[in-house]
Order: sequence, then C-alpha cells, then structure tokens
Amino acid sequence: MIEFIDVTKSYAIGNKALRGVSLTIDDGEFVFLVGPSGSGKSTIIKLITGELKPTSGTVHVNGYSLERIRKREIPYLRRTVGVVFQDFRLIDTKTVYDNVAFAMRVVGAREREIKERVPYVLNLVGLDGKRSRHPGELSGGEQQRLAIARALVNNPSTIIADEPTGNLDPARSFEIMSLLQEINRLGTTMLVVTHAQDLVEQFTNRVIVIEDGLIASDGMDGFYKYENQ
Amino acid sequence: MGFTNMKINNLGYLIKEGLKGIFQRGFMSFAAVCVTVACLLIVGTFSVAMYNVDKLVTDLNQTNEIRVFISYDMKEADAKSIGTKINTLENIKIATYVPRSQALEDLKKAHPDTNFGGIYEEDLHYRFKVLLEDNTKMDQTIQEIKDLDSGIVNVKAAEKEAAFITKLQQVLSVVSVVAIAVLLVISLLIISNTVKLVMYDRRDEISIMKMVGATNGFIRLPFLVEGLTLGMLGAGIAFCIEWMVYDAILVKMDSISEFKIIQLVPFENMLLPMIFTFCAAGLFVGIVGSWTSIRKFLDV
Repeated sequence: MIEFIDVTKSYAIGNKALRGVSLTIDDGEFVFLVGPSGSGKSTIIKLITGELKPTSGTVHVNGYSLERIRKREIPYLRRTVGVVFQDFRLIDTKTVYDNVAFAMRVVGAREREIKERVPYVLNLVGLDGKRSRHPGELSGGEQQRLAIARALVNNPSTIIADEPTGNLDPARSFEIMSLLQEINRLGTTMLVVTHAQDLVEQFTNRVIVIEDGLIASDGMDGFYKYENQ
Repeated sequence: MGFTNMKINNLGYLIKEGLKGIFQRGFMSFAAVCVTVACLLIVGTFSVAMYNVDKLVTDLNQTNEIRVFISYDMKEADAKSIGTKINTLENIKIATYVPRSQALEDLKKAHPDTNFGGIYEEDLHYRFKVLLEDNTKMDQTIQEIKDLDSGIVNVKAAEKEAAFITKLQQVLSVVSVVAIAVLLVISLLIISNTVKLVMYDRRDEISIMKMVGATNGFIRLPFLVEGLTLGMLGAGIAFCIEWMVYDAILVKMDSISEFKIIQLVPFENMLLPMIFTFCAAGLFVGIVGSWTSIRKFLDV
C-alpha cells in the first residue's frame, strides 16, 4: 500500500514541488497519475522509491515509513517497488535474459531461482523467443517489455511506470498498457505516470490529476475536466 | 548494507562480474594497468635505490672501526686483558686484539712505498680493533675507553667521517620515506581518476542496480575485484620489469671496472621485501582507488 498524508516537498532552491499531498493507493489497484510537466509527478515517484525524503508529512510505502527510513533500509524498500522508465534503461552489453536475471542476481537470488523465474517472466511479456538477443536488436516496444520484465522479476508488490509509452507509437503504447493491466490482474499494484491522455481514457482505472504540487482531482470526472482545459 | 548480508552463492557471481568487467572495458583496463605499472616502477626504482644506498651506508658504517693503542711498556698478557674491559662497555660490538706482528704487516701493506727496515714489532703499541654498535655515540664511547685504564695511550677514530655517514643515512631515510609516500599518493590519484572514468562509463548500470534494490556492498564488490585485479596485475608486471632491468644494470656495472667499487645488492637478495612492496602498493592503489571513486556514484 502507498499512503501520502499531507506531504510537502521543497527543494534547496526554494520551490515547493508538493504542497500538502494526501493520497492512498491500496494493494492491487491500478492508478494513473497525470498532470502537466513540473506538477510534481516525478517528485511523487522519487518519494516512493526513497530517492527523496519528504520535507513534511508522512509517506508509507509497502510497510516502510519514508520520512524516517534509514539509508541501509532503502535497498529493501526498492525490492518491493519495480520501476519502469520512459527511456527503458537497459544494459546494452547484456542479453535479454541477462538483463532480467541481473535484477535477480543483484538482490542475491539463487541461480536455480533465476533459471525458473526469468523464463516465466519473459514468457509473460512475450519475449521468450528473444532471450539471447541484445537490447539494441529489439524494437522500442520490445525494449519496454524487457524493462517491464526486469521490474517484475523480483515479484514486487508495486510497479511504478514513469511515462512507459513516451517513446512508443500508439499501437505499441496500447500493447504496453494492456500488458501492465494484465500484470495488475495478477495482483501487482500499478502506478502509471503518463501524459498520454488518449490512452488513459481507454481504460477504466482510477485517475489522479496533480497540478502545481496539489491533487487536483481523483477519479474519471476530474480527469475529463482536466482533459478539456 | 554491507557484505554480511551477501549470500555465499553470490560471491562467485560478483567475483566473476569483476573479472568480466576487466575484459569488457578492455581499453580502460589496459590504461589502468599501464598507469599502475608506470607508477609502481617509479616507486619500485626508488625503493631499490634506497635499499642499496642504505646497505652501502651500513656497510661503510660497519667498516668504520676505532683503534685503541696500549702502551708497549706493558706485558702482552696485561695488554690483552684490557680488551675484556673494553668489551664490557655498552656500545661495543666487538674489540679484537691485533698482535704486533699483524700490526706491522698492516702498516707495510698500507704504505707499500715506505721503507720499514729499521722498525720491529716491539717498537709498536699493542692494539685493539673495536667496532661500535651505534656510531652516533662514538665520542662518548671513545671517552669511556680512554677512562678505562691508564695503559691506554691513544684511541683513534675517523670521527668526522663517521658523523658524515650517520648524517647521510638519516637524511636518505627521510628522503626515501617522503619520496615513496609522495609517489604513492600520486599513483593513487592517477588510479583513482582512471577508475572514476570506468565508473562514469558504468553509471547507468550502477543506477539500475540501485533502483532494483542492490545494496552498496553488492555494487562495490565487483569494482573492488576489478580494481584489486588491475592493481595486482600492474604490480606483477612492474615487478618483473624492475627485476629484469635491475639485473641488466647489475651485469653492466660488473663489466665496467670503474663501477666495481659499488657493490649492488643482487635482486634475489631483496626478493621478499620487493615482493611485499609491490604487492602492498598494488593492493593499496587497487582497493583504495576503486573504493574512493565509487562512493559518489552510490548516492542514487
């Protein structure tokens, strides 16, 4: 579960990225987070992954309290949160299989577990036949699938997708969003940060709109208002 | 989290990753090894030179003896007994009695052009050759010997030369320690910068590792293995080059008669201290270089 209670976040240069945000995302939910550039979306992601600490307020993520988390606990928080980036962030020198296995190895998984889990996840994202390829040999959509597989492989309770379709054409974007929906149906909480309003309105999930560091709306009605602005 | 949370089954993977990294970044690794070799060659050459100078000075010191002359009016047995008294003094390594016949022979050898026809051994004083433990206390010891017995007529020593050699040794010790320390720091900075380039090259990989929940210890270990291996490889190459060049210089100096007066220590005789020096320097620059350069990349 992700819970923000009256969270503010100010940066050193003085601007307030968040100005009293409160929200709750329950386990198993699929939530879109939308808003213009500079509205505070990235700050929310960084607070969830422990890259930043709140200036005030309370942030709970999967049992960790972020306002008082110790530095050495952060890796363990991050194992509960898979992150998918717009620019994929794959390791070009590793094969598809190794890019995914790598995420398991760095958290100390046994080789036997890796051999069982990686093919399962690659099969889930539709890359089973390309396990020996390198990222450079894959299309944009396939690279994003690979990034999703890597985020998923350690079985995190939450996945955060930061503009997952930002670099993809509409058809591939729809495919990726469908894949994320499917993963959510298997029980993973999903928070998708996106600009792609046309894509959001095709799904019936909860939509949180953030503007100027505040929650502007939480629900489809608010989203339609935001869309028509 | 540190290494304690790492499972043993990951250790093999981490070491393998570290070694693989060396080949994956072939040119960077080559550059790091070359820099290490160059730096350690300078450090090694300095160490070898200092070892030889130190040995030379020590040898010179040891041959710097005091001669104690005993009155020829005494009986030989009484003169010899003074040697026992000299040996009881604190700073005395050994006092050796020199028979008069030997003294005359030595005199003739030292002055081959002089006619010693009218001089017999009875004309010479009884004498002792005395070696000191510590030449810096020479003045004090000479006075103690003079005060020992009224039969002692003279004590001769090359005090000025001894003082010069002692001073030289002290200066060289300080110079060598400072020079080696400075060179090691320079090596460390160069290695650290080279490793930083490697880190910069891998910053994306490190940020991915951090993002999926790798502990700092887990991220560090392959880089440490890599740094350690490169450091030791550089040390090994530098050691072999140092040995070969030193041996070549030794052979060349042996063949030139003017240099025969300087006896260089064979490399084999300083093998252990040299292996230790090179290994320690290689380990030091490898580990410290990679440890310090990775730190700032871990704050993600």
